[in-house]
Amino acid sequence: MPHDDHDHPHTLLPPDPALRVKALETILTRKGLIDPAALDEIIDTYENKIGPKNGARVVARAWSDPEFLEALRADATAVVKDMGFYGRQGEHMVIVENTPDVHNMVVCTLCSCYPWPLLGIPPGWYKSDAYRARAVREPRKVLADFGVGLGDNTAVRVWDSTAEVRYLVIPMRPDGTDGLDEDALAGLVTRDSMIGTGLAVAP
Amino acid sequence: MKPEPVFDQPWHAQVFALTVHLNESGRLDWSDWAARFGATLKKHGVAKELNGGEDYFAAWLETLEGVLAEEGAASPEEALEMRGAWERAYLETPHGEPVQLRS
Repeated sequence: MPHDDHDHPHTLLPPDPALRVKALETILTRKGLIDPAALDEIIDTYENKIGPKNGARVVARAWSDPEFLEALRADATAVVKDMGFYGRQGEHMVIVENTPDVHNMVVCTLCSCYPWPLLGIPPGWYKSDAYRARAVREPRKVLADFGVGLGDNTAVRVWDSTAEVRYLVIPMRPDGTDGLDEDALAGLVTRDSMIGTGLAVAP
Repeated sequence: MKPEPVFDQPWHAQVFALTVHLNESGRLDWSDWAARFGATLKKHGVAKELNGGEDYFAAWLETLEGVLAEEGAASPEEALEMRGAWERAYLETPHGEPVQLRS
């Protein structure tokens, strides 16, 4: 428990779960089952190197290059691997494309499966019970909560991620972006637009 | 807009990295992990609605402790004893000095 006392003589005690994690780390390190340096590297990767910018590059290129889009449709796992974004958990990447007729949205009802190499660590709301339950039951209401209003003629398709298959939504390319290069296009692609709880932003 | 921190607490990052490392070194199958973690989340979600933050990683840690205990890599007794050793180390280390376990 944190103290109120400001000139405590000893180091502040971390919360209980932090001590339990440290205990596991120490036990596994002493048994030679893990390499502590590898843990730091994994944290650094997820905090600094992997994030929605990766996915945005894939989307921007899919908007710009029809052959690339075809390749993504055929085997997204291989294509993003070529770009250096590969799933460390050996999962398959599948793209789902938004059109005027269909809006795609991704959830993981089991836990929080997510395309880490393309989007990083999921936001808290993606992992919440509320989103995991409601995305399937009332996707339109969830979208409305995110400020996404769809016309009556647009169907909503919800994709349930698993440990084996992770989905990336390719949002619709905004109007008025014809002359933009891939870098500029990538700047319009938000994290939420690739989960399907948002749209790409207009320039 | 300020980007959200990837991990809210250092221990969230630690327990995440530990699990990913065990998977990458071939000690943990990711599908099995997802199934077990999903079961823990479901169990916790019966009593209250999980917010996807602290309670999410609490379920993660509980699952990992269970897996490691089952495999004999870290028994509950070992884990409890080591947790106590770390707690003592924090309480006995003067403020500002690095906390180290006594061997």
